[in-house]
Amino acid sequence: MNIEDLLIKNGLIFAFLFVGLVMWISYWISRNLTLGKIPGAAIAITSGLVLAYFGGEKGIASYPLFAGMAILGGSMFRDFAIVATAMGASYTEIRKAGLAGVLSLLIGIMVAFIMGGLIAYFAGHTDARDITTIGAGACTYIVGPVTGAAVGASSEVIAISIATGVIKTVVTTIMTPFMASRIGLDNPNAAMVFGGLIGTTSGVAAGLAATDVKLVPYGALTATFYTGLGVLLCPSLLYFIIRLVVPTN
Amino acid sequence: MKIYGVAVLAACFLAGKLLGSFLGYLLEIDGDVGGVGFAMALLILINTIAQKKDSISENTAQGILFWSGMYIPIVVAMSAIQNVKAALSGGWVAVIVGVGVTLACFLLVPVLSRWGKLNTRSRP
Repeated sequence: MNIEDLLIKNGLIFAFLFVGLVMWISYWISRNLTLGKIPGAAIAITSGLVLAYFGGEKGIASYPLFAGMAILGGSMFRDFAIVATAMGASYTEIRKAGLAGVLSLLIGIMVAFIMGGLIAYFAGHTDARDITTIGAGACTYIVGPVTGAAVGASSEVIAISIATGVIKTVVTTIMTPFMASRIGLDNPNAAMVFGGLIGTTSGVAAGLAATDVKLVPYGALTATFYTGLGVLLCPSLLYFIIRLVVPTN
Repeated sequence: MKIYGVAVLAACFLAGKLLGSFLGYLLEIDGDVGGVGFAMALLILINTIAQKKDSISENTAQGILFWSGMYIPIVVAMSAIQNVKAALSGGWVAVIVGVGVTLACFLLVPVLSRWGKLNTRSRP
């Protein structure tokens, strides 16, 4: 009888226990060491990222012992819980922010794509396919590789685009609670705009969770359309525009 | 019963995903477009109607609220399974683009949300 085998066999249940412990320690640190200044959720989520660093491609779930974390933190449970947060959302608030939400989606994708493409260009990636792929990666880590595959970018550039998107998610997760008061992110309207501008569902959802859980459904609602819209625009219209300006090598 | 709430949530989730996948199919994208958003809209709609008719029982609501409360732990698990090593090894281009774009979008939040507020005020 081996305890490790037992925990691997009951992976999801062990993940409940493990995340519970991480949460308990994080909230304890928040209360006693930061006097509540840094939210417990922010510490817990950052701890998750630190733990992920010691893993591999699937973060901590690269170890068989923690494979259950990939189920608990996978897209199925994540999306299920995000939908559940809609119980606390108000229809009238959403209607109020409707147009600003749609606009923030378009502006968010354009800003990410143009800024990402420009930086890539000045860093020496002068091929239209590379610029498009890295610009798409600046949208989300899904838009990047999907676009890269569509326009025929090299796997090295696709790797950069994925890394760019993941860094965006990580920065959003960590920075949101600290930036929130400075950028007026304290109401449903601003949360919807925020979700549309940033777009990474995991980053937006985690960042808002660490800031104020009540804002999560509003941010998630717009962010969920971002990747789809990015995948639609980047390899088609935006790639076409880039090709008019820059040649493919 | 609590399972009724979980079942309603599951129904909204699957219906939203189905709609999102169908939209993805129409747009010729392999994947779902806004599936979670549709599911949330559906749940908000059902919740609003049920509250008006006062027909949602405390237990049913508890079934949904449990999953809503599991949200942060799930996000913690999600953070723990990201490819953080790759994110940091993608070179300085990835770091500069990732950090720069995110900060730029942060700074646009007050601009756009102010616009959103002005817009609703001018429309009585």
